[in-house]
Amino acid sequence: MTMQGMLYIALVFALVLGCAFPMGSYMAAIFEGRVTYLGPVENGFYKLAGVDPKRQMRWTDYAVTLLLLSLIHFLLLYAILRLQYYLPMNPLHITGMSPRLAFNTAASFTTNTNWQAYSPESQISNGAQVFGLVVHMFISAAAGISVAAAVMRAFTTGGMQTLGNFYVDLTRITLYLLLPVTIIAATLLVVAGAPQTFVQTLTAHTLDAGSQTIAIGPVAFQEAIKEFGTNGGGFFNANSAHPFENPNAWTNLLENWLDLVIGFGLPIAFGIMLKDKAQGRALMFAMAIILALGCVGTYAAEAGGNPLHIAAGVSATDGNMEGKDVRFGIPASTTFNVSATGTSTGAVDSFTDSYMPLGGAIPLFLMQLGEVTPGGVGSGFYTIIVFALLSVFVAGLMVGRTPEYLGKKVQAKEVKLAMLGVLILTIFILVGAGFSLMTKSGLGSLANAGPHGLTEMLYAWSSATENNGSAFAGVSADTPLLDYGLGSAMLFGRFAFLIPILAIAGSLAAKPKLSTSAGTFPTTGPLFIGLLIGVIIILGGLQYLPADTLGPLADQYLLAAGKTF
Amino acid sequence: MTTANAEMISLFDKRIISRAALDSFAKLNPVTLARNPVIFVTEVVAVMTSAVGVEDLFTGRPTAFPIVIALWLWLTVLFATFAEAVAEGRGRARAESMKRARSDTMAKLILDPRERNIFKPTPAPDLRKGDLVLVESGDIMPSDGEIIEGIASVNESAITGESAPVVREAGGDRSAVTGGTQVVSDWLVVRITANPGATFLDRMIALVEGAERRKTPNEIALNILLAGLTLIFLLAVVTLVGFGSYSQTNFSIPVLAALLVCLIPTTIGGLLSAIGIAGMDRLIRFNVVATSGRAVEAAGDVDALLLDKTGTITFGNRMASGFYPVAGVPERALAEACAIASLGDDTPEGRSIIALARDRYQISPATPPDAQFIAFSANTRMSGLDFAGQQYRKGAVDSVLKTYGLTADAAFDEAVNRIGRAGSTPLAVTANGRLLGVIELKDIVKPGIRDRFAALRQMGIRTVMVTGDNRVTAAAIAAEAGVDDFIAEATPQDKLDYIRKVQADGRLVAMCGDGTNDAPALAQADVGVAMQTGTQAAREAGNMVDLDSDPTKLIEIVEIGKQLLITRGALTTFSIANDISKYFAILPAIFVATYPQLEALNIMRLKTPESAILSAVIFNALIIVVLVPLALRGVQFRPIGAAALLRRNLLIYGVGGIVAPFIGIKAIDMVLGAFHIFS
Repeated sequence: MTMQGMLYIALVFALVLGCAFPMGSYMAAIFEGRVTYLGPVENGFYKLAGVDPKRQMRWTDYAVTLLLLSLIHFLLLYAILRLQYYLPMNPLHITGMSPRLAFNTAASFTTNTNWQAYSPESQISNGAQVFGLVVHMFISAAAGISVAAAVMRAFTTGGMQTLGNFYVDLTRITLYLLLPVTIIAATLLVVAGAPQTFVQTLTAHTLDAGSQTIAIGPVAFQEAIKEFGTNGGGFFNANSAHPFENPNAWTNLLENWLDLVIGFGLPIAFGIMLKDKAQGRALMFAMAIILALGCVGTYAAEAGGNPLHIAAGVSATDGNMEGKDVRFGIPASTTFNVSATGTSTGAVDSFTDSYMPLGGAIPLFLMQLGEVTPGGVGSGFYTIIVFALLSVFVAGLMVGRTPEYLGKKVQAKEVKLAMLGVLILTIFILVGAGFSLMTKSGLGSLANAGPHGLTEMLYAWSSATENNGSAFAGVSADTPLLDYGLGSAMLFGRFAFLIPILAIAGSLAAKPKLSTSAGTFPTTGPLFIGLLIGVIIILGGLQYLPADTLGPLADQYLLAAGKTF
Repeated sequence: MTTANAEMISLFDKRIISRAALDSFAKLNPVTLARNPVIFVTEVVAVMTSAVGVEDLFTGRPTAFPIVIALWLWLTVLFATFAEAVAEGRGRARAESMKRARSDTMAKLILDPRERNIFKPTPAPDLRKGDLVLVESGDIMPSDGEIIEGIASVNESAITGESAPVVREAGGDRSAVTGGTQVVSDWLVVRITANPGATFLDRMIALVEGAERRKTPNEIALNILLAGLTLIFLLAVVTLVGFGSYSQTNFSIPVLAALLVCLIPTTIGGLLSAIGIAGMDRLIRFNVVATSGRAVEAAGDVDALLLDKTGTITFGNRMASGFYPVAGVPERALAEACAIASLGDDTPEGRSIIALARDRYQISPATPPDAQFIAFSANTRMSGLDFAGQQYRKGAVDSVLKTYGLTADAAFDEAVNRIGRAGSTPLAVTANGRLLGVIELKDIVKPGIRDRFAALRQMGIRTVMVTGDNRVTAAAIAAEAGVDDFIAEATPQDKLDYIRKVQADGRLVAMCGDGTNDAPALAQADVGVAMQTGTQAAREAGNMVDLDSDPTKLIEIVEIGKQLLITRGALTTFSIANDISKYFAILPAIFVATYPQLEALNIMRLKTPESAILSAVIFNALIIVVLVPLALRGVQFRPIGAAALLRRNLLIYGVGGIVAPFIGIKAIDMVLGAFHIFS
């Protein structure tokens, strides 16, 4: 580890947390309807769709609307992927995806996961990328943020039956937040050298007089929303390690920033909407501390180098560079990957499979924790609210009152729904990975044997269930088992988690908002932040430890003993 | 407290413990145990592990390990049922003393309301709501009722433990009688207000025994959390089979059972109902009966206390605190005149005037032989003493001045005004028609009450004084007692309105009351404590009854409620925090055969894998027993504010919960090692 490396991590955090405050207050303004500079356009959409923007929705309406919209988009995307051969913008005449791969991909992009079981260069047309995938990158991100906004409203006052209007939230978030920032970021990427064109291939003549076909396309725009909406689906298979997606160290930093800024801004927006900014800051710092530990830990694991190399005397002093791009070096690579797993982006600029086992264990664990550091856009926020409710419920009793969070009593109904959410995630990750490892098909997908192989499978299920989309690399994902299995994991991990959360929001919104006193459980300050981190790790992560021990931990100790897979 | 119910029951009373030990086996019945998901799962895996042990006996595989693990799993279940049985046993012991009062007497059923002397002897259990009975001197009250005729003294010690009889009479706030009490003089005609089995005493016994115990809302929520955690860890353990088969590791059932039982929150699962029963029990030890556990929980949540001024905040009697003469009269002369004017006055105020004169001026005049006491009347608003042609009077200032046509001097006016502003009552004193000065009668705030209110404020609880006094008087006393707010010239409707207003702000209110006109407010309050001496209406409206009829107990009730919740939270936190160290004990032990390198995770340096697993299981079982006294006694509540309390308890039960098992498991492993058990 070097001072420069640590400073790089500090720089990323300073830029992100510094911007989270203005970003948060801007988002609060959007959620509260105070941003109207595109009013005519916005109202035009409502008129066109026949939506009454003044109508307030109960949590059930909100959930049903979201589910219907997601279903329609899922079916549309499925159709596009199956029929892409016949659709425009397909100069390479790429054939339609198989049903199972189309299912997996449609589920992946509807759920903001962006797990890519397909190979972009050869299995998807530019048309399908732009009109299928990129559209979802906006909609799934906006849907996640909408739910976060609905959850925020539940805490603002008491005795409320409604949580807002999903159509309005979705429209405003897309129009005022996602589009403008994406356009600016895409422009910056273009300036740095990322392509943005409808040409699908370039032909290059190599020095030895051969010719090479280079895939190209509207990369910059997709790249920007890929990071900003914590999507992660790269235009190319190599994702952000590809120089067209991520041309240089500056774009690497920009993409890293885009990745994190909404996630950290949402708790700030929450504090503003509560008129109690300290509450939002507490959540943000809990997220930031876990992520910072992850960044430093992974950096340390990678910078420490591979003991086998060191023993063999082949290693330079610069740590484990396998699978990393020399343009970025270790700290910029590990910080990018950890950020992308701490959010539900899943983009990579280096290959986690080639990390040291511990270096790979940290991104895995961050996903298993439930994606709250700061998690996917919107989903990270509403998931940390679940953990905050559980923290208050477990420890809140210790101040001698029945638990309440932000003036809302946490009772049987909320606990039931929160535990249901945690349970669904646990089922898909553990049963999915455990079962796959017992099947021939599952074993056939693995690239490595031993604990490393176990990690690959566990990583895939964790990534899908938590809607991350990051791939450990190594797993052959386009098999019936994994296409259908991971596809279902993505859908359940998203919607079977999101509905209980909206139900919690509906239940809390209707409760009276109790005033605070000296006897109220404090939910700001270092003590609560520490408690929240503890609960996230104990309730969110402990159930995965036995499996993780057989995976990356065993891998690490075996490697230290000279055994590799 | 000198009451029968309040007798201290030792934490380790031999009879209770031995009965509980038996009961804990009866509670193993899976049908009843299923109400407690954590312990139920423990029992299921104990059965499975036992089956493996028995099977191994026949197949000749080494059987010691599964048998020992099974034994400790059974002990875990038994310790949990034992904890509940002990808590119930303590309640039952209290109930026994109450049952003695519920003798099945013969009641005198009146058939014709106009003829109370014609009655039909009827067994008490046959009485129904609305029946009229005659209860005469020496009779036991057959059931709860409302006096409709008569006045009598009643010994209520069976209920309150207080042996001095109290007067009960028809009409007013003293008309309720309770079954099991005894009329010691005169007679009463009582209308029965409870059907058999639903009397106050029956309800109390049921509550104390825990028979009527329903899970409280917070308990239900906590149970859901525990069930959820159990399911989650069940998944973690069951899926290990898959991960294990990939890693060429076969886990035996005893090993998986041990891991599961160590991870699920058995500590709090085993102690949860004991904590709840013990909370009710603590309340009963304070001679307060809650009609539901829900009320006890609500008491912990209360944000505002409505306290009657008289009797709660002040002693209730005004006492003389100073004599202020008019110009030209020496203070001593005034003191003497005051004492003489009060010689025949037997009210607490009068006695306090004599006491002040004696204590401060060493004046204690003897009553002259021919003295004639002039009693206070609503007309004259004066009292005094006439003797040997002399007239000494004290009374309301305006009445005295008007009666004698006196004009006050500046010193007198100033003294009267100052006394009024301070919330005290001025009494003018005259001798033979001459104005001598003024007595200050002060409402004395109980010593120490100010500190208690400060402590309550630290807990985030506002105190509100309710009084019939005017605003000026009320404000002065409120300031002196240090309450946060007051309601002056309070009518029952004012109380009700105030409660509604506070509740509308999202706060919970507790109050106590005794009169029928308190009933609506008692019902509206989140915690309504009715006085045992109060009316039937008040007792029905409240959700707690204070057998001692001591309104200051509201404060203790709140503390007991908080203590119950704190104990529950502390043990939950402790239980969950324990998991971390158990991982460090068990995970290396079960994986080390496959990956010897994982021995590095055995940071406690436990001797062998078997010993490590067994140590964790033993710790997990023993910790339940170790914590039984804490669960029954409750974690101490300290009024230091939520933030400080959280820091303290999080340190003890959170950090302590992480550290303690490391030490405990290591110690058990060392003991096992010393005896060469599995090592």
